[in-house]
Amino acid sequence: MPFDPLFLAPFLTGLAFAVAVPVVGAYLRLRDEWLAALAFAQMAAAGALLAMPAGLPLFAGGLLAALAAAVVKHLCEGAARGLQGAIYAMLLLAGWAASVLQVANLPLAERLGHALFDGQLYFTGSAHLAAALACLAVVAVGLWRLSRALLLAHLFPDFFRARGRSAQRIHLCFDLLAAATLALATMSVGVMAAFALVFLPPFVAWRWARGWRASLALAVGVGVGAHLAAFALALALDQPFGPVLAGILVAAGLASELAAGRRRGR
Amino acid sequence: MLIEARELCAGYALPVVGPVSFALARGEVVGLVGPNGCGKSTLLAALLGGVRIFAGSVERAPGLRPVLQTQRQPDVDGLPLSGGELLALTGAATDGLPPWLADRLDWRLDRLSGGQRQFLHLWACLQAPGDLVLLDEPTNNLDPAGVAHLAGALRVRADAGAGLLVVSHDAAFVDAACDRTIRLPG
Repeated sequence: MPFDPLFLAPFLTGLAFAVAVPVVGAYLRLRDEWLAALAFAQMAAAGALLAMPAGLPLFAGGLLAALAAAVVKHLCEGAARGLQGAIYAMLLLAGWAASVLQVANLPLAERLGHALFDGQLYFTGSAHLAAALACLAVVAVGLWRLSRALLLAHLFPDFFRARGRSAQRIHLCFDLLAAATLALATMSVGVMAAFALVFLPPFVAWRWARGWRASLALAVGVGVGAHLAAFALALALDQPFGPVLAGILVAAGLASELAAGRRRGR
Repeated sequence: MLIEARELCAGYALPVVGPVSFALARGEVVGLVGPNGCGKSTLLAALLGGVRIFAGSVERAPGLRPVLQTQRQPDVDGLPLSGGELLALTGAATDGLPPWLADRLDWRLDRLSGGQRQFLHLWACLQAPGDLVLLDEPTNNLDPAGVAHLAGALRVRADAGAGLLVVSHDAAFVDAACDRTIRLPG
């Protein structure tokens, strides 16, 4: 089947997120904060829906809501120990509640709500592609600069502190980066597909990679492979992209666990 | 002089250790010993400003680059990080690693034994660029070969110009590795 040029922008948009989101996911997994990704995605969806009646660009609404969630998470972590896990759940529920209430009460929000939750990548255009490429560039530069500090603060917290460096500042920078990435990904591939991309490629990569850099490369490989397969399959079967991508990634995760179990059993 | 404590009393809500006075110079390996709960780890933290100072003072050499290794180590099970990558994080040199670790630097940390992981973590701090090295119970989980190798590595590091302060319950290790000992009362 010839490739319709109409699908080029959606394909490249999804491809950029298939590279950027798993890399961010690896660092969220390092910090055991992968659930925060779902909270950021859900808040981004709520923000985009809120932006519509307010007359603001959807991207701005989603991005601002996700960034606000990152700041709230950071402030709550500093204010009370033990709140860390709970705040993700509260943000997630707040985002979900706000989204569903808007979809239920605003007729115009219903269509956008379905797009955000179903993950209709094929309806994205040049603005989404520009946002995806900008996101990829920011993730590449941001994590190139933050990576060593994030690993050092996690593995050698006392060493890090003894050198007079602030782990809190590093973590805030990363939270903002993760929130922005998840927000932009959510508005192109949908809430659950963005979450699948952030969670499952690193999950598979951590099982098999022999080192950190190899795990990042493998996570990107899994993300890109799943994107290629999902794009072709969803198009051929005329299905929404998000669930197909999530299904392929879940299958990859299960296959990885089965293979690891067999290997251990030998 | 790298660091000097004068009549230092430090702790958290209440003082835990002190008053204690000592100084540490380049090229020295000093042992810090005492019974459990006497405040050895708190004293290490106080030297770097990590706990509350109730009385006395700490004077540090200008531009001091301290390195602190504590007993607190994160769980690395499932983490895809090799030994070589761990050492690169702190900028630690691999020269001088014992042969039973040197040929396993490309292994994932969670494939190594607890003692091997402890030694790598310790090495990452000990060999990181810095002037002042503070080690808290470095011989935990190490076998005799590891303890012996560590004692030699401390001397090499001191001879290269660093000052080392080592908290340990291992009297034989302190005797073998340290130039002098500070004993905290219980």
